[in-house]
Amino acid sequence: MTPTSAIEPDRKTATPHKLTELPKAPTGISGLDEVTGGGLPRGRPTLVCGPAGCGKTLLAMEFLVRGITQYQEPGVFVAFEETTEDLVANVASLGFDLRKFEAEGQLVLEHINVASGDIEDTGDWDLDGLFIRLGAALDTSGAKRIVIDTIETLFGGFTNTATLRSELQRLFGWLKSRGVTAVITAERGDGTLTRHGIEEYVSDCVIVLDHRVTEQTSTRRLRILKYRGSLHGTNEYPFLIGENGVSVLPITSPGLRHSVSANRVSTGVARLDSMLGGGGYYQGSTVLVSGTAGTGKSTLAAQFCHAACSRGERAMFFAFEESEAEILRNMASVGVDLRPWVDQGLLKFQCFRPNLLGLEGHLFSMQKWLTEFDPAVIVKDPVSDLLRIGSPADVSAMLSRQVDFLKAKGVTALFTSLNSGADSVVSAEQITSLVDTWLEVKTLEGNGELNRVLYVLKSRGMAHSNQIREFLLTDQGIELADVYVGPQGVLTGSARQAQEAQEDADGALRREDLEQRQSNLERRRETVEAQAAALWREFDDEADVVKRLLNVGSDRVEDRAGQRAEQGRLRRADTDEAGDLAHNGAS
Amino acid sequence: MIAENGVDDHAGLSDVWHLRLYVAGQSPKSLRALANLKTLCEEHLAGRYEIEVVDLVADPAQARSDDILAIPTLIRRLPPPLRKIIGDLSNTERVLVGLRLEPGPQ
Repeated sequence: MTPTSAIEPDRKTATPHKLTELPKAPTGISGLDEVTGGGLPRGRPTLVCGPAGCGKTLLAMEFLVRGITQYQEPGVFVAFEETTEDLVANVASLGFDLRKFEAEGQLVLEHINVASGDIEDTGDWDLDGLFIRLGAALDTSGAKRIVIDTIETLFGGFTNTATLRSELQRLFGWLKSRGVTAVITAERGDGTLTRHGIEEYVSDCVIVLDHRVTEQTSTRRLRILKYRGSLHGTNEYPFLIGENGVSVLPITSPGLRHSVSANRVSTGVARLDSMLGGGGYYQGSTVLVSGTAGTGKSTLAAQFCHAACSRGERAMFFAFEESEAEILRNMASVGVDLRPWVDQGLLKFQCFRPNLLGLEGHLFSMQKWLTEFDPAVIVKDPVSDLLRIGSPADVSAMLSRQVDFLKAKGVTALFTSLNSGADSVVSAEQITSLVDTWLEVKTLEGNGELNRVLYVLKSRGMAHSNQIREFLLTDQGIELADVYVGPQGVLTGSARQAQEAQEDADGALRREDLEQRQSNLERRRETVEAQAAALWREFDDEADVVKRLLNVGSDRVEDRAGQRAEQGRLRRADTDEAGDLAHNGAS
Repeated sequence: MIAENGVDDHAGLSDVWHLRLYVAGQSPKSLRALANLKTLCEEHLAGRYEIEVVDLVADPAQARSDDILAIPTLIRRLPPPLRKIIGDLSNTERVLVGLRLEPGPQ
């Protein structure tokens, strides 16, 4: 008697070569297909249960709508609780135009009113009326998917629950035989999954939704309790109902398979770029700037945005502590004028307290904004504020999902983190393993003053400087100065200036000394040259005298020889004696 | 409406009962219900009843009009108010209660 029709053909034909894998019907719901390993079991019923207001109806409706819009699978929505008018109105806010799908023949909305209580039970009955209605709805639309929301309402309409239960069991068997992928919703019972134990009949896949409030922030969670014949994520996954429907956020990311870029993005501080091996951060990397209060983290972040906008790129600034006006004013005071970028639409601020949204809402909204604005760089200032709305483990899980998202999009992100007091490294440890570059800004106390220093704690894949730099906030933005390392340790601030002055003074002294020596030498050279000149003059004089004397001497010898020759001639001496005479003359 | 009807009842002008039985084809429960209904009407409403049988297998769209889930379902369309009972009508006592056919007013 039961209206039956042929089992969906692809259920049997699709399996032969892949016996191990269960055919699945993708839900199209963001994240849910990842968690379920591809979707809900095709051609079988899935139970979605949870307390009132946890989003069962919306999840189920989106399953149908995505089936129509993305997978060409028409659907039937059987509503036991809401009228079709209410349904249409309720999901219109998600952008689902049910009336349009109805008009196109892709969707059948079937409201079934279960009259309460006073139906007299006069004997044997079955639910063939329901079967016929469902069968007709499935046939008219050629539906591959069906949602029954919420079937337990039937328990209010019938007093003979034994018959009802056996009929429900028959219903699920019938749905299977029709080969439609069904989603059955049910209210959570007291200590049981569902109020009337429906889970006994729907055993292929059970999804539990939950709605918890912790620290005044509500979080929706989804868990795959059971998925017969399939691997599935076993965690509780946060999910959201946003403007575009349900989003399940798998905590474990699908895998680290981002494409990476070797391009560098300037930090906005030239000296810092060179500290990072020249060029700045890697494009698409995640940077953490940690530090205690008032160390200039936000300024570093603002300058990073400033640099990006100067290159004509879009930047998005998420601020959890200051308003846009405050940031603009404060940054202008240190010479970082962001207003032109805001006016040009290159820079966008999103300023809100983190507890406005909750962790999941936060992640979701950010992803939405990022998708809409499509910035090249983003800043979150500070991520440590998120710890107010979740445990460190939750925050780090959320951030890791966010980092994955950013990396997949190639967005360079700068997170600042406020360290509380002395345990600077410990408090950030949940985050630091996620980031590629970690800069630490801290204050050093000495000589009665606090001075900021910056150093690179880690920077994956670049030859970064190991030097500490003094971090100065000037009227022209951030400047990094070398610090002096002396016997007393690192010198900053006035001590550095004193050291600088001291070295200047020492230098001047040395210079004077040198000049003195140089002029002394010059004078000495002049003296030496003068003395040398005098000596030469003496020498020349002597040489002249000697020369003269020599000339005089030779004249005399010639004279004497002449005289002797004269005398000899006069005495008639023979010429032989001449040699003798010459000899004598020479002696 | 009810007041008017009360007047009518007093005057005994319109006392015809209009009963509609929803069935699904020729199932045993459906056949049994129809047989039980006929017997019951002959006994309590002889000469002033009409039975309309709606077969949902032949006309599934009809199930929407009276929100039919269980088969068989019997609807008392007249006299108002509308009353709905389910089952194969084998428990006569309950059928009488369900249809407000207690012997009292007659």
